Amino acid sequence: MGLESQLAGTFVGTRFSDALNWARKYSLFQYPFVTACCGMEFMATACSHYDISRFGAEIPRFSPRQADLLIVVGTVSHKLAPILKKVHDQMCDPKWVVAFGACASSGGFYDNYCTVQGIDTIIPVDVYIPGCPPRPEQVLDALMMLQEKIQAEPLEKQA
Amino acid sequence: MSKYVLERLQARFADQIEETHSKLGDDTAVLKRDRLVELLTFLRDDPDLAFNLPIDLTVVDWYQKREPRFEVVYHLYSTSKKHRVRLKVRVDEDDAVVPSSWPVWPGFDWYEREAWDLYGVRFEGHPNPTRIMMWEGFQGHPLRKDFPINRRQPLTTLLGEQK
Repeated sequence: MGLESQLAGTFVGTRFSDALNWARKYSLFQYPFVTACCGMEFMATACSHYDISRFGAEIPRFSPRQADLLIVVGTVSHKLAPILKKVHDQMCDPKWVVAFGACASSGGFYDNYCTVQGIDTIIPVDVYIPGCPPRPEQVLDALMMLQEKIQAEPLEKQA
Repeated sequence: MSKYVLERLQARFADQIEETHSKLGDDTAVLKRDRLVELLTFLRDDPDLAFNLPIDLTVVDWYQKREPRFEVVYHLYSTSKKHRVRLKVRVDEDDAVVPSSWPVWPGFDWYEREAWDLYGVRFEGHPNPTRIMMWEGFQGHPLRKDFPINRRQPLTTLLGEQK
């Protein structure tokens, strides 16, 4: 009796986490926070040539309240930083963030007085995509890396 | 091309003109700032000049290269006469003030605010002489050549409020 309840608890718990993560990683609703030229590459990735919907991230949502993946595409200035923070705060848990391109990841070549030197100084970032701009293949690679990361998340983090 | 404009200016405001030059169709007059608004009004209202379109207003910083340090540059165009003119006003760092051209061309409103924001040249008589690009509380004028290249001023106050 004791062994059965122990086994059953372990078994069901693991399966539930796997199933939940599986569902989550293939139904990512993105919020594209597009500020610069990287947006063209994002559009190329989303359109039919590369077709991001094959990877379960089909529908961009233009309200952060309906999204669970924030994709920061392009340069973020210090003046824009509070808005980005607010958008991130408005998203419901669980949520993930992708820094798309060199500028969002590190400020890129805008090493100057007005540009945020990487959005990770403001909000937590899960995956960084290098490139100026990144190719669509890199974006899809990043998406798959994020999906691996979501699949591996423990249940207690999602409570 | 339109040396005529410079000739008209010379005839009427000879004492206000420091120098003029024309090269490759660009006519430039370097002016004193004392009667600037009167001069700009003349350029706008004279029927043969009729500069009705303000094209650009910007500042050049000649830090450690020339004295006086700043040069305020106006570009004007006449849509009826199809001619252009470039005007320059030189001001020193200690006294970086120019009369506002806002009463003549309201279109220069934001240009003057930008010039104040990024170069720190003040436009006397502007109705709203505040920063336009950098945020409130920003220290210094970032396009001046002596603005430290590695100075960072994040908007920490606004970020903090939203936590």
